[in-house]
Formats: sequence, structure tokens, C-alpha cells
Amino acid sequence: MTQTGTAPARPAPAGTVARGRSWLGRGTPRRILVGALGVLALALLWELYILIGPADGVIVGGVTVLPRASEMAMPHLWVMLERILEPVTGSATAVPMWLAVLQASLFTLGISAVGWIVGVTVGLALALLMQRFTLAEAAILPWVILSQTVPLIALAPLVRRWGAQIEFGAFSWENWMSVALIASYLAFFPVSIGALKGLGSPDANHVDLMRCYAVGWWKTLWRLRLPASVGFLLPSLRLAAASAVIGSVVAEVSIGLRGGIGRLIVEYAGAAGSDPGKPWAPIFGSILVGLVAAGFVGLISLFLRRFRRGEVAS
Amino acid sequence: MTTAATPVQHAVAVTDVSRVFAGRKGASVTALDAVSLTVAPGEFVSLIGPSGCGKSTLMRLIADLDTPTSGSIEVFGKSAKQARIDQDYGIVFQQAGLLPWRTVAGNIELPLELHGADKAARRERAAELIELVGLTDFTAHYPDQLSGGMQQRVAIARSLAESPSLLLMDEPFGALDEMTRERMQNELVRICAETGAAVVFVTHSIPEAVFLSNRVVVMSPRPGRIRDVLGVNLGRMSDRGENLREDEEFFHSVSRVRELLHGSTPTGARGVENR
Amino acid sequence: MSTGTGTPGIVFGSRRSSGLARTVLPPVLLGVAAILLWQGFVTVLEVEPFILPGPFLIGEQFTANLQNVIAGSIVTGRNALIGLVLGAIVGVLLAILSALVRIFDEMAAPIVASVAVVPIVALAPVLYTMFGANAETARQLVAALAVFVPVYFNTLKGLRMVRPVHRDLMRSYAASNWQATKTVTLPTAVPYVFTGLRIASSLAVISALIAEYFGGPVGGLGKSITSAASSSNYGLAWAYVLGSIILGLLFYSAALGLEKLVSRRAPTV
Repeated sequence: MTQTGTAPARPAPAGTVARGRSWLGRGTPRRILVGALGVLALALLWELYILIGPADGVIVGGVTVLPRASEMAMPHLWVMLERILEPVTGSATAVPMWLAVLQASLFTLGISAVGWIVGVTVGLALALLMQRFTLAEAAILPWVILSQTVPLIALAPLVRRWGAQIEFGAFSWENWMSVALIASYLAFFPVSIGALKGLGSPDANHVDLMRCYAVGWWKTLWRLRLPASVGFLLPSLRLAAASAVIGSVVAEVSIGLRGGIGRLIVEYAGAAGSDPGKPWAPIFGSILVGLVAAGFVGLISLFLRRFRRGEVAS
Repeated sequence: MTTAATPVQHAVAVTDVSRVFAGRKGASVTALDAVSLTVAPGEFVSLIGPSGCGKSTLMRLIADLDTPTSGSIEVFGKSAKQARIDQDYGIVFQQAGLLPWRTVAGNIELPLELHGADKAARRERAAELIELVGLTDFTAHYPDQLSGGMQQRVAIARSLAESPSLLLMDEPFGALDEMTRERMQNELVRICAETGAAVVFVTHSIPEAVFLSNRVVVMSPRPGRIRDVLGVNLGRMSDRGENLREDEEFFHSVSRVRELLHGSTPTGARGVENR
Repeated sequence: MSTGTGTPGIVFGSRRSSGLARTVLPPVLLGVAAILLWQGFVTVLEVEPFILPGPFLIGEQFTANLQNVIAGSIVTGRNALIGLVLGAIVGVLLAILSALVRIFDEMAAPIVASVAVVPIVALAPVLYTMFGANAETARQLVAALAVFVPVYFNTLKGLRMVRPVHRDLMRSYAASNWQATKTVTLPTAVPYVFTGLRIASSLAVISALIAEYFGGPVGGLGKSITSAASSSNYGLAWAYVLGSIILGLLFYSAALGLEKLVSRRAPTV
């Protein structure tokens, strides 16, 4: 029995890192502090480039390899901040920028959530089907993988058109549903792959044990396969959340959906010439949406901690 | 090479060594507690004991893969660290630890490569060693194409690459089945007879310890200590053949070691040599 | 019992043809069946092309406009390739830095994690402003950012995958840091780098394509799709989509092939 992992004596050669300096503290406060340091470093890099970079950028062989450091193209961080606090337009009824961006962000977040839920459901259903029937896996899996090469986002206007045909009684297809559908299309893929891998992950011994207990497929699923799949499912859920957000934003642009952050991005981008800070506000909004979505999945993973014991940190 | 002060230099001299691992929330584990041991040049010493007795820890300390909390370790009169830097020992781990992207020859040549030997010399030495362990037909094979026993043979060949005077082996046959294990023990005895290296061998198996060693060091856990040391009078390495396992003296030695492990005083004569 | 897939990828077994048939036949049959059903649906229900064109119509449009599709593919493909190379290089280098310097790793971790969940294409408009709306650079950067994330994560994982027994071995040889890196750390990490590349390959194509929606010069499949769609020529739009699918497949297959080639002797898996 070798004690390869337990001896903490000296740092091993290359590929590993030295111990953290204790003056910065340990644990979560340290991580938050250092993370903030990282963001600060980025901000400093930005400002530094504005300071020393050429106004027309660095052009090599006709291609602009380094960006233009002009006030218009790369506004100072405080300019962006100021702009967010000001009203959107000059008119009297305009709301502050941050409010408009926040509202749009919430709108997009909502659509992404719907897309995520649908995508996760479909992904899980497909994974269950593929796990149950080997033939289904052989037939469907390649198509699942291929599905991601189809830029459905590109066909967002078509999706809206199809939706327009759908009307049962009081229910009629709305534009935002097209966006949600596209978001779900992007979200289902990582979930189906991750769930399939997870459902197939239990030890052969454990599966045999279930068989010894004369337990059927559904019970085995509930008691063994699903718990075992949590470790694989959670990163997929996170990826699905990110994909749902991306899908929503781009689909909103494609369809031109009012109220979403995607439309704001394109709308405010047009003002770049006169109002350099304006295009940046919706970017921060979309970052917020992405982080909240990821945070939500983080909460889920916290909740499912019990099923992740024995999992090696990836 | 002898110094004026010591007539015979020990291969390994462990003096009063302790190793304490600090655990979480203040609890600490004393893996070794004031352990002392010497190994003479060319001597085969086994460390045996139940889980947690510190035998692997002791071997890692000798190899300078870890540092003692107190006490000192000398290998051929130098500090363990210096001995490692001077490459005075070869090591075999329980998992063979072969690099999967190198062939058998490539793995054996690894230490020679790292220490700057030229290609021709490396190739020659590797061929020699491959023949020594009987794997000439597998020179260009990759580890994943070999059985567990064969992988360990490659690991042993690799440990001999620079003709060290000390071999450290941490349960090298632990993952093998009994038949393969006995075959490997026969091989090892033959190799040791040919090379004349001193060996520190960690094992769980009493028959294995007795078959291979000149002395068996019995350790006890919590905290890790040397309970006793038993001399094994079964002849030199070169005299130990397959039939030794049927020998009466072999069974007596096994019984004595077993009694020592269980903590009772063995009956009959025991040969404990304190050098 | 399901065989449980490790790496999603179309596996062409090196065994006999029966293995090949078992792997390739079911999806192909399903695909053919789906296409026939689709065409049947469109024909029988007389669906207008602007709602859903049939596969035969798409095939027609594709072959009729092959030159344009290829031209567009070259533009988008080139952006994707440049983005792939750029993102991969930066990803590998930064991962190496993170593996060596802990403080850098801790600073970078939240940033990279955020980039992973944030819609990178949102940056497209400001990138066009920074690099010029007539240049392809913005699209290449969007693709590069999308590629960077999986390559960085997978490379970092690979660099940390060194088995303890190999680490001990290098220490017992008193190997220098560089020797240990060259002999053990890098070979262990290589298969992971290629896994990251495989994941990144189709991302590069899609990101380059989507970036075209946010502006920039004419040319490229994204622009062609939108212009075809806005002139209600949906058959043509789908033909361009088909082109983009083929492009994505090309990238993915190349990366997959490379990965299979390299991971023959992976220490784990």
C-alpha cells in the first residue's frame, strides 16, 4: 500500500504548483479576493492599452491585428459606467440605461429559462431512450452530435414562420416561443450526451447487484443510474444553461424580438459613432444573464451534493 | 571505498526516524515512531507488517520521496537527498509506473536518457537488461500489451538500468496472482544474486518475505514501530531455488515471522542480529 | 445493456465489416428514413417552400448554387480556422501558465468560467468597432474566444493528470523540472489538448457564422443565409445551411481524426 497521495512534504517536479501564500488567507475569501484581482488586472490592461495604443490600431499587411485605441472605439471604463447611469435617449420619458438593460436582461433570462427547461427535458428523455435500447443509441446518437452542426440559430426567422402557423383555440404561438425553442435546441445536446454518459457510468458490480435483487429497469434507473449520473449531469446542465442564453440572445437578434437583450445589443451598436459607452451597457447585461444562469445551476449542484461524494474534482 | 572512521559502510542507516502527518482539525497520524534500522551492502531486508505500520512510509523516506519529521537517514554514508541526486538507488513501485507511450525498451532507457547517456550505450544496456528479465521478444511492445507480471519485470529492469547498489521495492508483486508472484520471486532472487545489490523490500506476504530475505523486519501499526527483526538462515541468494518453499527451515521461519506479527514471542531459537 | 459511450464520435471499428455495419447502418437508415418522411410530408401536404422546403428542393438549390456556397464556406471556414488556431494557442499557453503559477490560475479561473457562460457573440458589435467593420478580424476573435474556453479547460485538466507514481518516479531520478515536464507532464496532457480541440472545432465554425449576423463585411455563409431569407428564397437559405453543416462536419471530423490518432497511448481512459 503506497502512500502516494498522502505525503505532503515537498512540491513534486513540474506540472504542479507551489503552495499558496498564506498572507492572502485561505479558502473562499481568498478565492473571491484573487478573483477580484483578476478582474482588476483585466480592467488595468484595458486602460493601459487605451493609454499607449495607437488610435488607428496596429495594422499588419492590411489586417488590423490590434484594436483602435481611440475614444470612440475603446471608451474608458468610467465612461461606460457613467453612460449606464444616464437615460437611454435624450427624450423626457427615457429611463436610465441600467434599468432598460436590467429589464431586457430579465426578459432574456426568462426565455432562456424556458428554453433550458425544455432542452433539459428533451435531452434527458433522449438519454433515457438511448440507455434503454442499444439500437436507439446506435441510431440516434450520431444524429444528436450532428444536430449541433446545424446552425438553427440561422433559421430563426423560419422557426417564427412555422410557429405562426400554430394556433389551437386560445393558444397562439408568440415570437418569444421561437426564441425559446432555439435556446432549447442548443441546450438539449450537452444534456443528452452528459446524461447518457452518466446513466451508463455505474460500476458493473452495482448493476449486477440490482439484477440479483430482481429489480426492474425503472427501479434500477431511479435507485442506481440517476444518482450515479449526477456527477456527469451537472456540468452538462451548466453548459446547457450557457447554451440556452447564447441561443436566446442570437435568436432575438435574428427574429428582432422586442424586449430582449439581443435586440438592445444590435440597436445600441448603431450608436457607437456618437455614443461610445452605449454599446457596452447591453454587454454587461448579457454577462449578468450568463452569470445568473450559471449561478442557478450552481445552486442545483449544491442541493445535489450528497450524490457527488467520491467524485474527483475535474 | 572505506573511510577511516567506519570499517564497513552501511547501505542504509536509519537512526531514530519519526514521521508525523498533520491531519485536518489538529488530528495527526504518527506513521513512524523512533524507528532505527541498518542494512548492510548486498543484504536483502524485507519490511513486513499490517496496514498502517509505516513500512511504505519508511521506504519513501529512504528514497527521499518524503522527509522525516525527526531523526536521520543515511544512504551509503550520504544524506538521503544526496543519495537520490547521485542516483545511488533504483526504485520499483507497486503499480509498475511504466510510461504508456514508451515501448519496453524506451521505458528501460528512461533513466539513462534523463542522465545523459548516449544512444548506443542506452540501447546496449537496455538490451542487456531485457534479456536479464527474459523479455527479449517484447522489446518493441507497449505496456498496455503486456500482462501485470511482465510490466513489473520491465519495472525491475528499469530500476537496474544504472546498476545501483541499493534497490527499493514497494510491494512490487502485490497486484499479481500467487503463481506469477512465486515465479517473480524466483526471478528476483536470481537477479539479486547476479547484481549483488542491497534491497529494501516492502511486502504483505510472509512467505514472500522469508523466501527473499536475509532479514525480516516486523513492524507494528499505530504508531509505526519496529517490533522485531528476524534473521533468516536459508542460505545465500544464489542458493535459493524453487524447492526452498518446501524446505522445513522455510516453514519454521514463516511460523516465527507469523508469531512475531501477532505479537507473541516465538518458540525455538531465533536469530536476531543487531548490527 | 448499453455499452455506454465515452467519447461521442462516430467510431469506425478496426474490426470486421460487421462491426462497421452495426455502427454505421442504424444512423444512416434513420437518416434516410427521416429524409423520405420529410419529403413525403412536404409533397403530400403541399407545404409551401417558404414554410418548409422539401429536401429535394434543397438539394436542387444546393447544386445550382454550388459556387456561391463554396465561396461563402471559404470565407466562414477561414475565419473559423484562424479563430481555432489562435484560440487553441492562447488556450494551451495560458493553461500551461495556470498549471505553473498558482496565483495566475486563481485569478484566471473566475474570468474563464465567466467567459464560458457568457454569450461571446454579444461582443461582436464592439469588436467590429474596435477592429473595423470591413475586416474579418472581429469574427475571427469571436471564434477564437469560443475556442479558447474548451481548449484551456481541457489542457489544464490534462496537465494536472500526471499520475502520482510517475511523479514519484521522476523525483527518484532527481530529474530537473524541465525533464519531468518533457518526459511525463506533456505526453500525459497531449490527448486532453486534442479532446479540447475536438470540442472547439464545431464551436469555431458556428461562432464565426453567428458573428456575421452582427455586422461586418459581406461574404460568408451567415450573411448569405440572412440575405436569402430576407428575400424569401428559403430553398436557397437552406442550401447555405447545408453548406454550413458540411463545413462544421469537416472541422469536426478533422479534429476527431487527430484526436484518435494521438490518443492511442493515453495513460488514462
